Amino acid sequence: MLFIKCPYCGIRSQNEFAYGGDATVKRPQLNKEISDKEWDDFVYNRKSLRGKHLEFWHHISGCRQWFKVHRDTATHEIFKTLKPNEEL
Amino acid sequence: MSQEFRLANEGLIDRSKKISFKFNGKKYIGYDGDTLASALIANGIHLVGRSFKYHRPRGFFGAGVDEPYALVQLIRNNETIPNIKATEQELFEGLEAKSVNCWPSVNFDIGGINNFLRIFLPAGFYYKTFMWPKSFWYRIYEPFIRKAAGFGVVTHDHDKERYEHKYEYCDLLVTGSGPSGLASAYSAAKNGAKVILAEDKPRFGGSLLTSEVNIGNQTGKEWADKIITELKEMPNVVVKNRAQVFGYYDHNMLVMSERLTEHLPKSEKFKPKQRLWYIRAKEVVISSGSIERPLVFGNNDTPGILLSSAAKEYMKVYGVLVGKKPLIFTNNDSAYETAIEFKRNGVNPIVLDSRKELSSDLINEAKNLNIDIKFEYVVVNANGYRKVKSADVAKISEDKTKLGKIENIQCDCICVSGFWTPTIHLASQSGGKTKFNEEIDAFIPSQSKQNETTVGSANGTFNLDDTLKNSFEAGYQLSKKITANDNKQPVPSVVEKKTSKHDKFWCVPLPKGKKYKRFLDFQNDVAVSDIELALREGYRSIEHVKRYTTLGMATDQGKTSNLNGLQLVSNIENKVVPEVGHTTFRPPYTPVSIGAIVGREVGKHSKPTRKSPMHTWHEKNNAVFVDAGLWLRPRYYKRGEETLFDASKREAENVRKNVGVCDVTTLGKIDVKGPDAAEFLNRVYTNAWLKLPVGKARYGVMLREDGIVMDDGTTTRISENHYHMTTTTAQAANVLSHLEYYLQVVWPELNVNVVSTTEQWAGAAIAGPKSRDLLQKIFPEVDCSNEGLPFMGFIETKLFGVYARIFRISFSGELAYEVNVESDNGNFMWEKIVELGKEFNIQPYGTEALSTLRIEMGHVAGSELDGRTTPYDNSLEGLISKKKDFIGKRSLQKEAFIAPDREKIVGVVPLDKKTSIPEGSYIVKDADAKLPNPKLGHVSASCWSVEYNNPFSLAIIKDGKNMIGQKLYALSPLKNKSIPVEIVSSHYVDPKGERVRS
Ligand SMILES: [Zn+2]
Repeated sequence: MLFIKCPYCGIRSQNEFAYGGDATVKRPQLNKEISDKEWDDFVYNRKSLRGKHLEFWHHISGCRQWFKVHRDTATHEIFKTLKPNEEL
Repeated sequence: MSQEFRLANEGLIDRSKKISFKFNGKKYIGYDGDTLASALIANGIHLVGRSFKYHRPRGFFGAGVDEPYALVQLIRNNETIPNIKATEQELFEGLEAKSVNCWPSVNFDIGGINNFLRIFLPAGFYYKTFMWPKSFWYRIYEPFIRKAAGFGVVTHDHDKERYEHKYEYCDLLVTGSGPSGLASAYSAAKNGAKVILAEDKPRFGGSLLTSEVNIGNQTGKEWADKIITELKEMPNVVVKNRAQVFGYYDHNMLVMSERLTEHLPKSEKFKPKQRLWYIRAKEVVISSGSIERPLVFGNNDTPGILLSSAAKEYMKVYGVLVGKKPLIFTNNDSAYETAIEFKRNGVNPIVLDSRKELSSDLINEAKNLNIDIKFEYVVVNANGYRKVKSADVAKISEDKTKLGKIENIQCDCICVSGFWTPTIHLASQSGGKTKFNEEIDAFIPSQSKQNETTVGSANGTFNLDDTLKNSFEAGYQLSKKITANDNKQPVPSVVEKKTSKHDKFWCVPLPKGKKYKRFLDFQNDVAVSDIELALREGYRSIEHVKRYTTLGMATDQGKTSNLNGLQLVSNIENKVVPEVGHTTFRPPYTPVSIGAIVGREVGKHSKPTRKSPMHTWHEKNNAVFVDAGLWLRPRYYKRGEETLFDASKREAENVRKNVGVCDVTTLGKIDVKGPDAAEFLNRVYTNAWLKLPVGKARYGVMLREDGIVMDDGTTTRISENHYHMTTTTAQAANVLSHLEYYLQVVWPELNVNVVSTTEQWAGAAIAGPKSRDLLQKIFPEVDCSNEGLPFMGFIETKLFGVYARIFRISFSGELAYEVNVESDNGNFMWEKIVELGKEFNIQPYGTEALSTLRIEMGHVAGSELDGRTTPYDNSLEGLISKKKDFIGKRSLQKEAFIAPDREKIVGVVPLDKKTSIPEGSYIVKDADAKLPNPKLGHVSASCWSVEYNNPFSLAIIKDGKNMIGQKLYALSPLKNKSIPVEIVSSHYVDPKGERVRS
């Protein structure tokens, strides 16, 4: 079970959190004309990396904040956690 | 025969406390402090079971967790528990145990015939023989194997015992209380670290309980007792015996199972039988010790053949002799301790040492005691079926390939020692690397992955002096890192015997013309010949050899067999062991009972139950409940002998005719507040929200980004910057997370907050043509007319003095209102509605009637919004704004979503107007078409239309709109039904929606 540092609450056990997907994906702006490919990349296409991955987690049984986790998908090592507006 | 193998004085048992117990129906006496194994051996019992494959007689091999044979069925406090290790089960008054895996009895075992047929049961036998013909598997092979080869028996009764979970945090977790564990725990605790010390046995001390050493002028055991006493008194230390750390997981979380009452006749009230500890440790010291390796020779699984360390433990801890004519077979010095211990207790052992004559402290001591030692001798074969009677022994050549003349030695037990295997399971589970140590012919941890340090014999350090030095240092360094304290403890001086080098020899060659079975894995009956066969058949990877032969796959996880198996593979392959590598260690280290894993989450405690504030009223009024997620909702209110069909029909009819009231508390409710709330809703929902006036509700549909409908519901503007959103019961939690994601991650510039208010409000839907009259009675001061409170209107008011919200919204398609009050007033509201509704013939209605009403109106719900449908599929195109963008809009342009023959919602009526269509039925053109019959779509929901008094269903079918009027078939292969149907509009009742606006 992972030990995850919520940027708002501190270190908590994994069972307080929900996984929220790839955090490098940016939603296209509203009302912007975009190609099918750009949209598909946003909705569907994910790399499923082995190694370092920036991903969203949701402190669902805690402060209910979404935040970013920089984690190795193979070793589960967590390098850093960030607020949504922070960059690596 | 009363404890004739019990010594007069030796041991840590309490001879003043006699304990009577039963094994296989016969009564025996043991002492307090015995295990079931030690008490049976004291009584001369060595035959306790049968092996898994060949049903060969099985005795005892070890004295603890490594035991591969002695699994018993335990009866304790009227409960029967399978697969208990007799070597771990402590004796208590009235204990009852039975052999497992023997049918009809341990002495006459029908499966023993497998032993004579073993030539037909080689490696991979199950794969080869039982695979064909396939149909035989279920009918013939499997029942036979089950009957003849099962381990213990489980009952179908509920486990009445209590199991608990506990979460704990510490600086240092120490796994094992032998010398290395005690030293590191003590050193770290004295330096201020918060320490947990776990010992799987009842007694602390590990090897110090049985070894002849001195630490700081005390015996090893005295020193261990002193350290434990001191640790127990320290406030920063938790010391647990009967506690096995069995799993090492990510981020330094370890799981430990503590056995609290299994050593007692029954559990005290409210005291758990086992407690599962989830321990998050900053640092871990793995001091799990080592397990003695067997030597491999003919019929080396015969009862009476034990590990030499186990024989010593039975004498020194339990005061029990495993035999009176012992033969000791070794390739190293440690078996000499066992020989000396026998001699000290007046028994004359014979030692066979595979090595060339050599000397060491221990060997010299044995010689001085006139112990008969034969160097360069090996056991070739053990004779005796149910118990060892004699051994064929021979001199062995220096290269260990040639045997001399076979001699026979009478003996009643053979104690074997093939040197030691460090217990590296936890270190390996943590993800750490291992390396093969040529010095000890075994793997030891090399590179740690997590914060773990292995010390003592688990790390391949077999002398006490180094063990203590390293362990004191480890405890000090690790604690210093955490506490920043600098209190270093002096390492006590050690007196121990120097040992000589062990022999790499481990497997005795077969004499010419003999085909003795030489076993590697004692629990799964894997012999040398099985591994040889697997390699001949082309298996190379050790992981494949393991699976094909089942080596190391039994419940003991190969604790005694793995290394010898590796040695054999590497010998045959002409490789060195590290090239072959070892199989992966996975948790749990020892079997863990399911009860401990489940903990308190059993029965109705397996998940929380959510009840509305009106629940008691529903119960009193004969509600039959249904699970809706975690909620319990009334499905219908039973009158007399009514069936579900009768009751829901009556309730639905009453809504259409008079007025009904339904508990809608379970609907998800979310407060949306802030100056940008309207803009936010406009992005979340598919329809327009910017112009919704205060005091008005609107129906909305929200999508996922992939264009699929996520949820629907009404949202009401309570005040300028305050909206009250409702969601379906099922999606409430997901919708909240979804909204939070967009507010926190995607559009943080929007000044909006959301919070769940589901539990703050009790809701009652009042529906039916007479609902306005009833509402007026309940709220006399409110103008309930169509003008005063129009469709989709909202007002705040008082219900007999309590704050209430009235929403004029409808799910049933009738004139309807939803009244919300604070949860505490829910029951008050409900009773008022029912009381005042009497004159209008009000009836409560449950979810079944609610479904009927919505289905015949063509309102979509979870069965249509099933995570696969777009708004178009559900005929909700009127709610798709063309002017603005919203979540998921771009996906709606997808070719597949706008294909002309895309599946769409329709109504379905059986032609005979009688036969109900099972939900999930396929709609097809031709009922008799060749299979697979092309499917047009499926029936999503069915009801008995109370408006037309015939069955009606909703279906989502290809090119739906154009199918209206067509005669098709609904097929339900599950119910074996083929029903001719007509496709109609999904809006079966009141298609123009006049009633809700009346
Ligand atoms: Zn948090």
